Amino acid sequence: MNTNISRRNFLAGSAFALAGLGLAGCSGSGSGSSDSSAASGASGSVYYLNFKPEADQAWQDLAKKYTDETGVEVKVVTAASGTYEEKLKSEMAKSSAPTLFQVSGYVGLENWKEYCADLSGSDVYGELTNLDLVLKDEGKVDAIGFVEEDYGIVYNKALLTKAGYSASDITSFAALKKVADDIQARKDELGVKGAFVSSGLDSSSSWRFTNHLANMPLWFEFQDDNVTNPDTIKGTYLPNYKDIFDLYTTDSTVDKSQLSAKTSDDAVAEFVGGEAVFYQTGSWDYKNIKALGDDNLGLLPIYIGVGDEAKQGICAGTENYWAVNADAAEEDQKATLDFLKWVVTSDEGTAALADDMGFNCPFKSAKEPSNPIYAQAKEITASGKSPVGWAFSVQPNQEYRDDLASALTSYASGGSWDEVKTAFVDNWATEKASNK
Amino acid sequence: MGKVLRRWWPLFVLPCALSFTFGFIIPFVQGAYLSFCEFKVINKAKFVGLSNYVAAFQDEQFVHAFWLTALFALVVTVLVNVIALAIALALTRSRLGGTNVFRTVFFMPNLIGGIVLGYIWNILINAVLSVAGQQLLALNTTAGFWGLVILTLWQQVGYMMIIYIAGLQSIPSDYLEAAKVDGATAWQTLWKVKIPNLMPTITICLFLTITNGFKLFDQNLALTGGDPNHMSELLALNIYNTFYSRVGAKWMGIGQAKAVIFCVLVIAIALVQLKITKSKEVQQ
Repeated sequence: MNTNISRRNFLAGSAFALAGLGLAGCSGSGSGSSDSSAASGASGSVYYLNFKPEADQAWQDLAKKYTDETGVEVKVVTAASGTYEEKLKSEMAKSSAPTLFQVSGYVGLENWKEYCADLSGSDVYGELTNLDLVLKDEGKVDAIGFVEEDYGIVYNKALLTKAGYSASDITSFAALKKVADDIQARKDELGVKGAFVSSGLDSSSSWRFTNHLANMPLWFEFQDDNVTNPDTIKGTYLPNYKDIFDLYTTDSTVDKSQLSAKTSDDAVAEFVGGEAVFYQTGSWDYKNIKALGDDNLGLLPIYIGVGDEAKQGICAGTENYWAVNADAAEEDQKATLDFLKWVVTSDEGTAALADDMGFNCPFKSAKEPSNPIYAQAKEITASGKSPVGWAFSVQPNQEYRDDLASALTSYASGGSWDEVKTAFVDNWATEKASNK
Repeated sequence: MGKVLRRWWPLFVLPCALSFTFGFIIPFVQGAYLSFCEFKVINKAKFVGLSNYVAAFQDEQFVHAFWLTALFALVVTVLVNVIALAIALALTRSRLGGTNVFRTVFFMPNLIGGIVLGYIWNILINAVLSVAGQQLLALNTTAGFWGLVILTLWQQVGYMMIIYIAGLQSIPSDYLEAAKVDGATAWQTLWKVKIPNLMPTITICLFLTITNGFKLFDQNLALTGGDPNHMSELLALNIYNTFYSRVGAKWMGIGQAKAVIFCVLVIAIALVQLKITKSKEVQQ
């Protein structure tokens, strides 16, 4: 019976290993809560369902400070990356639902607007410096944007200088293409692999093109038509979208056929490794690319050859909006608004937002985070260039973005542009209609 | 002892019954009810009748996912069981050295989570495809399907193998000796002695592989994510996408309706399979 020996030990061992994996999985979900006993006398409590896992610890600390100071209980729970909507749906069904939650823009608001309390009379609203950063619905202020983010084409200053150019040479799409083509042609001499980092179409990176780059043609079309959230679009500037996408993928570190498997980590690694000069990204990416040195990071607007390019600025907007749960008890709503006021006005709050979380907040007493991308975006805006809004936030739904990513992937590896056109224009109407 | 048990059995059943009720029956009934509703948050559902089911069946992606899943489950069920049984037979021959090492090695992939496996195989398969000059997974439906099959085999063969080994070892050795004395060839022994005696094991393994094949989710999500354009999307992923990548109240009800259809389907197939294979089991 020598074949029979260790089955039991073996299975026990595997069970142990499975349990270990299970535990590891749980701890990875990264949700924590800070429960502190509320001091007597304080009425109402706050429950914040936070969207950004990277800011979880900072929120927990801040919540604790507030509780120590005022006795009001503040519970912060963070959804694991990519699961916010799931978490919110299940939390909202509970009797102790979040009093403060986040929506990502008008599309996210669609699901939650009847849960949003009107914030127009609130102190937080009064603190806002940029009134464009609110979500409104029939005159009611549903949600308030609390982080302003900027994106454009980030470039490696040292490499651009080495190639014999400076940012002032790049003031239009034509100029960008000329510089990029030249760098691509001389890539061996310059010691880079390409002008642009790989435009990965893996799902970790495809949003850079389906959301952020697609914003450009959308924004200009919306400006022309004077709309903000249309049910159908025409795709007026699709040819320009094609031009810039072609530029990104042709003057690139990798062959087009490899793009479908390239991830956002690949792009970051190439940029930090000095293998490419340009990288379309934004302020949130600073922590990943700061290894290049603050002085070495430059920011350019994304030119696509539309409108008055000399006046075109950085894409500035947000996908982080606070909304207060209208279904929560009266005193909890009040406690939440008080907490928010404290967060955006007090020294502790503003310091935590800027220093610990690195947020650039659009509030009067906000502290500036040390992030050269924000600083340069501010400079560019101050020099008279007008920021481009985040039109992509009204894209119908995730389905629309996924289909667009599929079409771009197919186009990048030799498919026809018509597919992209269908995904961009026709799907907009279908998916918008399906949301109703 | 028997008397005590007869009187006190409810007490012993209680913990399990409670957790089964709260963990399964209540959510299941609630889920079935929600499939007839329009809702965003589950405690505020509005009854809408059968319209979710109509919409589910009209959804071409769902129908495609349905047939793809059926094909996938069939292929995986056959291959997993044939390969697992073959390895189990090889590893129960006492002449072979180091069988325990092999068993452990074959079982190991089962200890890795589906998402991790999906990403690992995604890298592996993409590397192979790019060397072969083929379209990568994101654009390659065929590679996506067979990639999923390979991944599932790699993960499940070891598990089924362990069950088959247990089954093979429980066959009384006098049967095998009798067969040997009567001059049966290895092939005859396999078909006339081992497999009939293995029927209870085969029932279990078929049940597990069929239901696993239908329920496959993490591997699908991580390996292909349904690319290209939902063509490699199996049922579970289709339901998930209906629920979470759309906006608006009606989609959750539709997702729920799909989930109920899915659940009924898996239960029905599993019951039919159990009935068929059970009838072939022999008494030792």
